[in-house]
Amino acid sequence: MRVVLAEDLFLLRDGLVRLLAAYDFEIAAAVESGPELTRALAELRPDVAVIDVRLPPTHTDEGLQCALAARRDRPGLPVLVLSQHVEQLYARELLADGNGGVGYLLKDRVFDAEQFVDAVRRVAAGGTAMDPQVIQQLLSRRSAADRPLGGLTPRELEVLELMAQGRSNAAIAGQLVVTERAIAKHTSNIFAKLGLEVSDDDNRRVLAVLAYLDRDR
Amino acid sequence: MDTRSRDSRDAGGRTRAVVTAGARGLALAVVALTGSITLFVLSVVSIALVPLGIGIVTTPWVLTGVRAFADWRRLVAAQWCGVRIPRAYRPLPEGASPWGRAFGLLGDPATWRDLGWLLVDMTAGFVTALLPAALLIYPVEGFALAAGLWRVFTDGSRVGWWYGFVPVSGQGSALLAGLLGAALLAAAYVLTPPLLRCHFLLTRAVLSPGQGELAERVRVLTETRRDAVDTSAAELRRIERDLHDGAQARLVAMGMDLGTVEALLDKDPARARELLAQARRNSVEALGELRDLVRGIHPPVLAERGLGDAVRALALRLPVATEVSVELDGRADAPLESAAYFAISEVLTNAVKHSGADRIWVDLHHVPEDGGQLRIAVTDNGRGGAALGAGSGLPGIERRLGTFDGILAVSSPAGGPTMVTMEIPCALS
Repeated sequence: MRVVLAEDLFLLRDGLVRLLAAYDFEIAAAVESGPELTRALAELRPDVAVIDVRLPPTHTDEGLQCALAARRDRPGLPVLVLSQHVEQLYARELLADGNGGVGYLLKDRVFDAEQFVDAVRRVAAGGTAMDPQVIQQLLSRRSAADRPLGGLTPRELEVLELMAQGRSNAAIAGQLVVTERAIAKHTSNIFAKLGLEVSDDDNRRVLAVLAYLDRDR
Repeated sequence: MDTRSRDSRDAGGRTRAVVTAGARGLALAVVALTGSITLFVLSVVSIALVPLGIGIVTTPWVLTGVRAFADWRRLVAAQWCGVRIPRAYRPLPEGASPWGRAFGLLGDPATWRDLGWLLVDMTAGFVTALLPAALLIYPVEGFALAAGLWRVFTDGSRVGWWYGFVPVSGQGSALLAGLLGAALLAAAYVLTPPLLRCHFLLTRAVLSPGQGELAERVRVLTETRRDAVDTSAAELRRIERDLHDGAQARLVAMGMDLGTVEALLDKDPARARELLAQARRNSVEALGELRDLVRGIHPPVLAERGLGDAVRALALRLPVATEVSVELDGRADAPLESAAYFAISEVLTNAVKHSGADRIWVDLHHVPEDGGQLRIAVTDNGRGGAALGAGSGLPGIERRLGTFDGILAVSSPAGGPTMVTMEIPCALS
């Protein structure tokens, strides 16, 4: 799997290259600025891009803007955006095209190499990887006013949270140490309570949940 | 030859300048007398009618007229004689009620200075404006008397007319009057432009903000500077303490754990693994603490996207539904953006904590008038009753904005809604 990596700090770029190489990713390019990233995405056509939000030359949200622009040119281009802080505002912008293949994680998540690599693979496959912090923000806003969300059992809320992060039923089952069948039952309950249409496709399902959570009240 | 032609050109220019100054003086005298008497009378009547209610409507109109009149004088003072008269009116809040406007205007010391100036302008101002004109016109009468006009006033046997201090009683004294006229004309040639300047200097003396106001400004600046220094010192102390007790301590613990891991790697791999996990947890928590700290110093979204999106991101974090509308065509200076952001953040926190509102609206826009103003309004549909007084956190915001000459106003009737407006002078880039 070919990866384009954009990170301006040498230490982190180097670490990420080593980490991804250790998990058999092919590093097509590791760049350190916005213009280089745009060129690499257009010329190398990678399977997935791992991008830091803040990049030179502006040191603002250059990385995010490059990712959004690249996805406009090539809809569904898988991008995993990393940042020192997560903002629902940015998550919303990344998810806005409804195409999937989007990840948005805190840089700290790299510490857990297995989970991080799993997230990269999921995004590359057209799935979603949302940072738990984003999901928690969404959930706490929602549950403050929303009746259906209040009607979920604590276990269902737990499943909803993991599902919104982009995990598959199998992964959720593994994490909560229950059978996949039990999780499937929880998810269909959640969808019924929230009034969402059930879908067999994992990615569609995640996007529906995220759209529901981020809907304006 | 060369010199002489330049001299004659200079003389021609001087004559034109003298005549222009005289004409301007005459025009000024007429306008000063009629304008200032009319406006003064209107102002006095209008202010006297304030208790009856009519004055509340008329006073802003009349006083705006007074200001326009004074502004015109400021303009000609600068254009004609290069005399700059500073303008120091307090800004009136836009959309204020007639009541608010009337009392805002009456509360401004500049208004009373304007009214005092009208009195001076109709007397001393009139005379100083007329003088340069009179110095040019009066000699004409002297020449006319000398040329034969004296015959109209006297048959030569008695004093029939006074020209200045010369009693005109015949051709001889009429010639004397003509001589005086010539002397006056010579004086006018030298004195007319400086005399007109005198008028404007007098105007400046009366119209420019006095020592008292400067002292007041100095007091305000001293106070806001001290507040700013105090606040930033307290912030630095808090940051130091947070780093010392938080991230720094965690990094120390991590280092120790890693050292122990090194020692245990061969002897007790299971325990080493445990410590490694603990070190990783510590690093995650240290990062979390640093992140919170950074957000409190300068929120990353503010650096990345500017004030509008930073407030939008802030609104998304609130447990109360918040609508944000932004109209900014650029970015303000970083310190001002940061002050505005934290002020908004504090107002929003207040609204969430105390108002019981279930909707909040934030409106951010920039108007180019008066050198640019950033206007912020935060409205909630809660129970109201918020005041600038104790415990609300609003005085803190006011101090924060004070550093930038920003102002804060709260309208919060019992039962709501609460509206906090902030206005900060600034230009966008």
